[in-house]
Amino acid sequence: MDQELRELYQQVILDHNKSPRNFRKIDKHTNFAEGFNPLCGDNVDIYLILDEDKIIDISFQGSGCAISKASASLMTSILKGKTVEEAEKIFNKFHLLVTDKLGDNPDIEDLGKLAVFAGVREFPARVKCASLAWHTMINALHNKNEKVVTE
Amino acid sequence: MPVKNDSAIIQKSIYNVEKIRKDFPILQTFVHGKPLVYLDNAATTQKPRFVIDRINHYYEKINANIHRGVHALSQEATEEFESARIIIKNFINALGKNEIIFTRGTTESINLVASTFGKINVHEGDEIIISHMEHHSNIVPWQMLCKEKNAVLKVIPVNDSGELITEEFVKLISPRTKFISVVYASNSLGTVNPVKTIIDIAHQNGIPVLIDAAQAINHIPIDVQELDCDFLAFSGHKIYGPTGIGILYGKINHLEAMPPYMGGGDMISKVTFEETTYNELPHKFEAGTPDIAGAIGLGAAIEYVKKIGLDNIAAHENELLMTATESISDLKGLRIIGTSKNKIGVLSFHLENIHPHDVGTFLDFEGVAIRTGHHCTQPLMKRFGVPATSRASFGLYNTKEEVSILVNGLKKILEVFG
Repeated sequence: MDQELRELYQQVILDHNKSPRNFRKIDKHTNFAEGFNPLCGDNVDIYLILDEDKIIDISFQGSGCAISKASASLMTSILKGKTVEEAEKIFNKFHLLVTDKLGDNPDIEDLGKLAVFAGVREFPARVKCASLAWHTMINALHNKNEKVVTE
Repeated sequence: MPVKNDSAIIQKSIYNVEKIRKDFPILQTFVHGKPLVYLDNAATTQKPRFVIDRINHYYEKINANIHRGVHALSQEATEEFESARIIIKNFINALGKNEIIFTRGTTESINLVASTFGKINVHEGDEIIISHMEHHSNIVPWQMLCKEKNAVLKVIPVNDSGELITEEFVKLISPRTKFISVVYASNSLGTVNPVKTIIDIAHQNGIPVLIDAAQAINHIPIDVQELDCDFLAFSGHKIYGPTGIGILYGKINHLEAMPPYMGGGDMISKVTFEETTYNELPHKFEAGTPDIAGAIGLGAAIEYVKKIGLDNIAAHENELLMTATESISDLKGLRIIGTSKNKIGVLSFHLENIHPHDVGTFLDFEGVAIRTGHHCTQPLMKRFGVPATSRASFGLYNTKEEVSILVNGLKKILEVFG
C-alpha cells in the first residue's frame, strides 16, 4: 500500500471502522445533536449524558466512511469522563491537527490515539469526514438543535 | 446484466482504441505515480485534441463578439458559431436550426422550459410527472414550478433492477397532467428508459414531454423527429466537448409560443423604454454574449464523435460494461445497483461495510478515477437503501486493461477492509 494511504488508513482506524465503540443510542440522554454532510451523505447522531459539566456517557449512531466512523468511535472513547472544558480543548487541538495548522512536527502526545488522524492532513477532501462527529459533539454539549452541516 | 450483441463483436476488429487514446492529451497523465485510468465519464468526459485546437483557434485567430459586428473577425466568429448550431441540428435531426438553443448545459435547458413553457401552461391543481431516477436537475426546477403554481409533482416508480415501471406511469396520467419530464439514460444506474413509449403514451393524452439526454447523447443515436419529443436537453461536456455549453432542442411551435427566459442583448429586435420586440428564434432565448468558444468546441466534439460513429462507441462501451460487470460480480459483498438489460456504460456498485468514499480514495492511489457519492440522485439512493454508491462509467477511450486495473484495485480494498 502507498505510504500516504497507509498513514490515512492506519490499523487503529480500520479497527474502529470494523468494530466501532459506543455505537448505540442512549435512550435517557441529556444532550443530543445530529450532523450531516450533504456532499457525501454521511450522517451522525451524538448522544450524551452530562452531569453538571462532566460527560458521564457518550455514544453515536449513523453512517459514513471509515474515517468518519473511526473518528466518532475514537472520540466517544476518549471523551467519556472528561469535563465540557476538557472536551472542547481536545476538539480544538484535534481540529488544528486535521486541518494541518500545527506545523510540521506537532506535539500531539496529549491527543493520545487521536494522533492516528494526522494522515488526514494530506487529504483535504477527507477533513470533513474526520471532523463531522466532533462538530456535532460540540453542538450536543450545548444542546443546540440546529443540524450540523459540513460540506 | 447487459446483453452481449453481435454488433459488439463485429465492430471489435475495426475499433482502434489505442489510436483513439492518442487523440486525448490528458490520458498521458500520471496520478500518484500511476497512469490515469479515467472511469468518471458520466460526470464529465475528457476532450480530444481536435476540440481543444478548435477552441484555441477561436481565441487565437477569430475572437470577436457575434451577431453584431461588421468587421471580419466578428463575421468569421458568427459563421463558426452558427455552423456549430447546424452540426448539432443535423446530429439530432431537428427540423430546423431555429429549434437549437444554446444554453449553459442540461440544467439551464430544463430550467428554461420550466420557467417559460411551465409558467404559461401549468396552473393551480395541475400535475407534472417525473421519474424516481431523475438527476436533481430534473427534479428541483419542477418542484420550484409546482410550489409557485400550487401544482402537484408525481413520480414514476422504479423496480428493483432500476427500470421505470411503465404500467405505473400510465396510472399516473390524469386530465390534470400538463407536462412530463424524464431522463433518457440514468446517470446513477445506467438504465436506458423506453422514452419512445413514454412519449407516445403522453401524446395520446395530449401531454408534452421533455427528455433529459445528458447521459444518452454520447451513447445513443438520437433523432428528435422520430422520437417526437417536445424538448430535449443535453450538455456539451458529456460528449467530449467543453463545460459551460449545452443545448435545448424544442419543437418550433412550442418555442414560438414561449415567452423569453432572460432579457438582454441579442434577444431583441427593437427596444424603446416603452416596449421591446423580441428577436426571432433561436436568438429570443439567447440573451447576452454566449459561450462562443464553447459552442464552437461542442460543434467540433460532435464532428469528432460522428467520425468514430456513435454505434461503434456504444458497442465498445457495452463490451467494457459486460467485461466489468462479469469481473466484479463475484467480489465478496458486492452489489450492483442498476441491473437492467438495457444499460449505457455505467456500473454503480456498493461493497458491503465499505463506504464508497474509502473505495474512491483507494482507487485514486491506483490512478483510477471513479465517482463516489449520491450522484445528485438522493431519492434514488434512498430507493435502493444506500447512502451512496461507487460508479465506474466508460467512455470511448477506455480499455479492457483499465477494467482489470479497476477490478484489481477493488480486490486490494477487500483485502485491507476484509
